[in-house]
Amino acid sequence: MTTTTDQTAKQEEKEIPESCKLQLCGVKKSFNSKKVLRGIDLKVPQGQSLVVIGGSGTGKSVMLKCVLGLLHPDEGSIMVDGRETMGLDARDRNRLMKKFGMLFQGAALFDSMKIWENVAFGLVQGRGMDRNDAQAIALEKMKAVGLDEQVGDLYPAELSGGMQKRVGLARAVAANPEILFFDEPTTGLDPIMADVINELIIKSVKELGATALSITHDMASARKIADVIAMIHEGRIIWCGPVGELDHTDNEYVDQFIHGRAEGPITDIIGKAA
Amino acid sequence: MDADTKHDRTVEDCIKNCKPVTDYVLDSCEAIGHTIVNLFLAVGRLAMFMAQSVLHVFLPPFFPRLIGRQLIDIGYYSLPVVGMTALFTGMVLALQSYTGFARFNAEGAVAGVVVLSVTRELAPVLAGLMVAGRVGAAMAAEIGTMRVTEQIDAMVTLSVNPFKYLIAPRIIAGTLMLPVLVLVGDIIGVFGGYIVSIYNLGFSPGNYLTQTWNMMETIDVVSGLVKAGVFGLVVAMLGCYHGFNSQRGAQGVGAATTNAVVSASILILIFNYILTQVFFS
Ligand SMILES: Nc1ncnc2c1ncn2[C@@H]1O[C@H](COP(=O)(O)OP(=O)(O)OP(=O)(O)O)[C@@H](O)[C@H]1O
Ligand SMILES: [Mg+2]
Repeated sequence: MTTTTDQTAKQEEKEIPESCKLQLCGVKKSFNSKKVLRGIDLKVPQGQSLVVIGGSGTGKSVMLKCVLGLLHPDEGSIMVDGRETMGLDARDRNRLMKKFGMLFQGAALFDSMKIWENVAFGLVQGRGMDRNDAQAIALEKMKAVGLDEQVGDLYPAELSGGMQKRVGLARAVAANPEILFFDEPTTGLDPIMADVINELIIKSVKELGATALSITHDMASARKIADVIAMIHEGRIIWCGPVGELDHTDNEYVDQFIHGRAEGPITDIIGKAA
Repeated sequence: MDADTKHDRTVEDCIKNCKPVTDYVLDSCEAIGHTIVNLFLAVGRLAMFMAQSVLHVFLPPFFPRLIGRQLIDIGYYSLPVVGMTALFTGMVLALQSYTGFARFNAEGAVAGVVVLSVTRELAPVLAGLMVAGRVGAAMAAEIGTMRVTEQIDAMVTLSVNPFKYLIAPRIIAGTLMLPVLVLVGDIIGVFGGYIVSIYNLGFSPGNYLTQTWNMMETIDVVSGLVKAGVFGLVVAMLGCYHGFNSQRGAQGVGAATTNAVVSASILILIFNYILTQVFFS
């Protein structure tokens, strides 16, 4: 009796995430008259690592913030585990947040707290864990991103930019969330450390069964951590496919982006820079 | 030929740019309307913010550590400022009222004037203003910096509600600590008046103290403390509100800080009038 219900429950559990852990449909967002997102459609199945690439200022960070509910999209729908998240009330939103872990582009560390307190913040304040237990977990997560124990007692202002980024990463994964968001996890890191971080992201996805949505400009990192790559341009996803297909696509935008050529169909970045 | 067309153009432009008088009237109406609508918007937003903050003051989870830290920060560290303000205010009050009352041979009223002015008005208002400058500004700057560096966003993603973690402790501490500060200020202010009266104006200590004691009623002190509680709430609320809604980098944080202090100071003066009316009329 119980086994059958368990099985059906398991099946359901499998079916919903299989269909999608995270799904964006026609998400639009503008700031005053400036249209940043013009209808983003994206699907991330359970356990997959999707990497979004795209030019600077194309709205990648804005997209992540919309998913997290930090910005309110003007239109569209964002589903997590098959449930609509737009217009959730504060309590449901807070519950949903427990599934998420986010690394901000600028690290966004709490500058009045020590490093280990930063990493343990979600555990202690968000989940009510005991401080000592949380500290042990924090130090373990810090070790995983290549920071030793002494760093734990420093303050964010005393760290280099790359170290701050790694603390942000440790903080994002500290509570083993189901869905991880990484906004440029490897920018500002040396190539070796970047690879350590890549490995950490892969490990989080493969071993912990997390789903990851990352943003990066670093193509080496993208190739390494992605199962699927999506390219955003002018507020839309213009290409989406497995990593293997990246080099064989006939999409000119993607081709220009991954080879980093100044000439090509993507001109607005260059126009802005000039 | 060229000159002619140029001339024509300027005349045409002039006619085009010339608006009828009604346009100016409408323009000014629009400006006034805009201002009023914006005022209502701002008041509405502040009211929503207040409702949300007060709600989170009473709903768990609570953060006793943070409340404790804010109590010390607002209460203990404001003591020197408030104490100095009260001391010199009491002293100058004794001096001034003496010169005034001496003309009517009513020097005996000095003690009463000092104690009533200090407990009813000066201690609460001056302490409120000083704390607005010291604490309100700090709150706006701190929370504003957290906003523009995405620390508040990060807090939300770690499922900690910033209203509970950042704002509620400050509001609790502000509302509780300002009355305590004012009570201390009352005592120091009256003491300041006493010092000047005894050592400078030649009053007898016993007489001065009896007069003070006889003049003072419970309502004088209590009304001052109630005012202080309201002012504490105002300072903390506006400090947090402006910080929380701060925009655009360092400049935005600067503007938030200024707005927090100015708006809190003005609201303190307005509420002071309203509360005086409520208590004493
Ligand atoms: N709060 C905001 N108010 C107004 N405009 C904004 C805001 N946030 C972002 N924008 C605008 O949205 C656009 C996209 O910003 P976003 O930060 O998402 O870029 P991005 O794709 O992450 O770029 P990068 O790779 O450089 O980080 C930018 O042009 C920016 O000007
Ligand atoms: Mg970005």
